[in-house]
Amino acid sequence: MELKGTVVYPGNAEGRLLVLRKPLSFWGGVDPESGRIADPRHPQHGERLGGRILVMERTIGSSSSSAVMLELLRNGTAPAGVVVGEADAILVLGLLVAQELDYPTIPFLRVGTERVAALGRADGEHCTISG
Amino acid sequence: MNDPALLLSDDEAAILGGEAGPAQRLAMRIVVRMGEILGARELVEVASAHIDGCLYHGDGGTEFAERLVELGGRTAVPATLNVGALDLLNPKRVRSIGRRREMALRQMKAYQALGCRPTWTCAPYQSGHRPAAGEHVAWGESNAVAFANSVLGARTNRYGDFMDICCAIAGRAPRTGLHLDENRRATVVVDTRATSRALKERDVFYPVLGAWLGGAVGDRVAVIAGLPATVTEDQLKALGAAAASSGAVGLFHVEGVTPEAPDLATALGGARAEAVATPEPAELRAVRDALSTDASGRVDAVAVGSPHFSIAEFRQLEALLPSAPFAVPFYVCTGRSEHRRLEREGRLSRFGNAGVKIVVDTCVVVTPVLPPKGGVLMTNSGKFAHYAPSNTGYGVVYGSLEDCVASAVCGRVVRDESLWN
Repeated sequence: MELKGTVVYPGNAEGRLLVLRKPLSFWGGVDPESGRIADPRHPQHGERLGGRILVMERTIGSSSSSAVMLELLRNGTAPAGVVVGEADAILVLGLLVAQELDYPTIPFLRVGTERVAALGRADGEHCTISG
Repeated sequence: MNDPALLLSDDEAAILGGEAGPAQRLAMRIVVRMGEILGARELVEVASAHIDGCLYHGDGGTEFAERLVELGGRTAVPATLNVGALDLLNPKRVRSIGRRREMALRQMKAYQALGCRPTWTCAPYQSGHRPAAGEHVAWGESNAVAFANSVLGARTNRYGDFMDICCAIAGRAPRTGLHLDENRRATVVVDTRATSRALKERDVFYPVLGAWLGGAVGDRVAVIAGLPATVTEDQLKALGAAAASSGAVGLFHVEGVTPEAPDLATALGGARAEAVATPEPAELRAVRDALSTDASGRVDAVAVGSPHFSIAEFRQLEALLPSAPFAVPFYVCTGRSEHRRLEREGRLSRFGNAGVKIVVDTCVVVTPVLPPKGGVLMTNSGKFAHYAPSNTGYGVVYGSLEDCVASAVCGRVVRDESLWN
């Protein structure tokens, strides 16, 4: 599968899609050490973000989610890439800071909410991002 | 890539080019990049900052702050600091967190080295940091953002970790969101006339209204009509904190009370409201019930002071201090400036003698303070009620300050239900 969209942060990635069935706040919702979804109320509780291309409409919740993104990148537990529907500043900020600290970074793509909705059935499919 | 139409002034371009030094350059690079992503056309000069990034979440945050220090970073505007992970005045208050303690302390020191004032409070607006109405600022910490925008009429977006310090060093923020007039006018009217005046005069009402507001409006701007003109600053603080926890409320107006809402028409910017929402008494009652996760009547600890307790709130508590000892630990979280003032006025010992444990520079939901055995926490704070279960593992019961004191003495939940029936 090929995804086209606006490159918010460039890079190349490949991996299986992880399409979130419910919005997720990274702060309080993702364990920065393991990269697992840690919110027990989330339907994908326990899934690992590492190596996956994370697809979601938008991020919600605390602005400290930027800090969690930075820790995931630092710890090597971040997703391989992120695809969002709407503009998001919080997770990208974690990426910009990671770049300044010479941590590894990942591509971040914005594809529009309709495209994200259409990806709902593609969970688990293999996908490549080149940006 | 993104729309590149962000125009910089000559000064801003010079900072971005490195003329003001490498830390300014790094900070400006991030501010400009975020401005592009958010679709800003230009930057705005900010008069002050309140920094939330000093709380330790992991080593990356420490390394970023220390990188800024190494590069010679200094804040360009006055900046206060939000809570850290440690109580620096009484280190034993926070249980051992191993090497995280050292990293948390390094992070706190790095932010001080950048020129931020060591205020360590989530209520900087009660410790003298009060921007003027209309002033552009870059504030972090959701309750402080809601207060600065709503109660003071200053202008800030929700600047979280990293962005807050970059704005403070660059002295700029992207001119977008709540910096712009058109995004500050209310689009939703919240009509509270169905609620009894007796309830609206009580502190216990405001976190409930806030939790309802966050759920009902999300990130839209509401003007609340029908609140008594006697509503206090602490009540508005509690309202904003709860609304910013349950939703993404960064600005609300109160008709006849807050600076941008002398009347409904002004708050709405002359336009018609897109929606009118009326919290019915049964709905508020349900929101109030949902602030509690435990109905067993058990209570193992009490914590108040989120946002940090003000001097006025200490006066209220002082009047309620029981002659009988507390059966469970009673924590009050506050800023060091309030703590110092109580000490100076010779009132601190009254709280200590009554068994009140005062937590300074931090709070019970961001760092391990509560007894490790777990159980049920009682609080008068909508924000503690929201975060305590996930952050501390405690179940939670919501009640008024009076209820909290009575329950701490009995060791069982005691609540005045009459106002809610």
